Amino acid sequence: MSTLEIKGLRAEVAGKEILQGIDLVVKSGEVHAIMGPNGAGKSTLSAVIMGKPGYKVLAGSVTLDGVDMLALPTWERAIAGLHLVMQYPTEVPGVHADQVMAEALTARHRGTEGMAARITQEALRINMDPELVTRALNVDLSGGEKKRNETMQLGVLEPKFAILDELDSGLDIDALRDCARRVEAATHESNLGVLAITHYVRLFEELKPDVVHIMVSGRIVASGGAELADQLEIDGYAAFV
Amino acid sequence: MNATPAIVMPSTDEEIWRYSRIAELDMSAYKHGHLRTETVGADSVRVTESLAGIVMTSNPDIFAELNGANADVISLRIPKGVVVEGAIHIVHHLEADGVVAYPRLVIDAEENSEVTVIETFISNDNIHSLVVPVLEVRTGKSARVSYLTINQLGLNTWQIGHQQSAGHRDSTTRIATVALGGDYARMRTEVRLVEQGASAQQVALYFAGGTQMHDFRTLQIHEAPRTHSDLLFKGAVRDTARSVYTGLIHIKPNAAHSQAFQTNRNLTLSEGAWAESVPNLEIETNEVKCSHASTVGSVDEEQKFYLESRGVPPEIAERLIVFGFFNEVIDRLPKFADVEMLRTAVNHKLNPENEVAS
Repeated sequence: MSTLEIKGLRAEVAGKEILQGIDLVVKSGEVHAIMGPNGAGKSTLSAVIMGKPGYKVLAGSVTLDGVDMLALPTWERAIAGLHLVMQYPTEVPGVHADQVMAEALTARHRGTEGMAARITQEALRINMDPELVTRALNVDLSGGEKKRNETMQLGVLEPKFAILDELDSGLDIDALRDCARRVEAATHESNLGVLAITHYVRLFEELKPDVVHIMVSGRIVASGGAELADQLEIDGYAAFV
Repeated sequence: MNATPAIVMPSTDEEIWRYSRIAELDMSAYKHGHLRTETVGADSVRVTESLAGIVMTSNPDIFAELNGANADVISLRIPKGVVVEGAIHIVHHLEADGVVAYPRLVIDAEENSEVTVIETFISNDNIHSLVVPVLEVRTGKSARVSYLTINQLGLNTWQIGHQQSAGHRDSTTRIATVALGGDYARMRTEVRLVEQGASAQQVALYFAGGTQMHDFRTLQIHEAPRTHSDLLFKGAVRDTARSVYTGLIHIKPNAAHSQAFQTNRNLTLSEGAWAESVPNLEIETNEVKCSHASTVGSVDEEQKFYLESRGVPPEIAERLIVFGFFNEVIDRLPKFADVEMLRTAVNHKLNPENEVAS
């Protein structure tokens, strides 16, 4: 059992404070949804957790089983067990997913024996063309292919916690179902903890949240069960803004 | 000794030599010498007569002139309709210290013939010599010539070279370069499309480290209608290395309906490294399609973050990105090129400490 704990996290981008004190505790196997209107700071939260350049932490902590993640470079956070599924996965010309998986597994001292079969298995599980892993990362891929590729990597790397930054944006309903179902399965199969950032409740048709947090203006203003998301669907964010 | 007695050296005041290290060159430091050359696969097409001058009818500079006066010429004539199987490999070893060598390769591909030639230049790091190579390619009507030059010269060897090709009706000429070696390595490479429907493709991968400098001057000269040229040069510099790319697309008045493309991209991998890119267009007719693009920049932060967020260490992420950057060129090298050897050589450039260990 692992714990991802975010305490009093404040961060700025380009001199503007975006996160104004975030507190969250996610345990293995749990799915926490973070919902909120545009500009609430949801994507900033995912970027700060993973250490993306350009974001400055002003206060607070992010720990994984007590280990200070903010003190580690990005790649070591990933090795420690964090995995970011990006909203807009970056195009990396000439670099193939299987090469990246090989280096990522090597850095984890997990070896690459059987990797190709594992990648194929993960790809087929989410109806992704396994050939895509030998093409340039995210170059000329459809939105669905990009998110399937992200989800395949999550399946192969088996992190402790996944941060899904709008897994549900820019892809078709079939791809969303395949990806969300795979993440949900990982919460049972490998006890994956999930922080799912989203605008829409449709993600929850396959990925069942244990806790829903509403984030507005860099703060979490309400937390509750799945019913909170249902209420949002009816009333919108107006009640929280 | 038959070197030209009075040599007037060019200077960096001339645009074509701008940014170059020509001012450092002292020709009197070198005596005339020769390369040790191995040729494989050329027996059926090598001719004893010299074909020098079939394309390069005038000398673009003093170095071409010196080559013309002193050249060790290899002449290949591919007879009409003949397709040469596999590749012809020419490997030049520069083994003498303090010499200047003038190799010249002339390829005359007659109508509807096909040939691939791979020419490699090798010297050790302790060889303080100069090589002045010239390449001439005449690609006859409907002929196909693929040529790759590989610069694996040592870190104290200089190169000042020239390539010139002439593409005749409906011919295809591919000139590829992989440049990893040399202290100062310059190449002036000119494709001329002299008859209707001729096509040329130029690609280059260059990577300089330490205090190396690579200097490329490219020309795509369209002299006939409906001709096509496409150039992709990709370079990287690290440490305090430098690179210069200047390219010209010249569409002459009678070259209507021609297409010409030119792309030069450069990665600067260290603070002290420097790359310059100067693309130029000169278009003297309407109804043409031309484009040029050039970039100089460091490894993309977003790309690095993406790979690092998967758990890839920064130096490996950078290596993957550089390899990815060069892949586009490697994919376009002629078949029969030893791509794995070239990838290994690029890897050594990225990790020089491994080079010492191996």
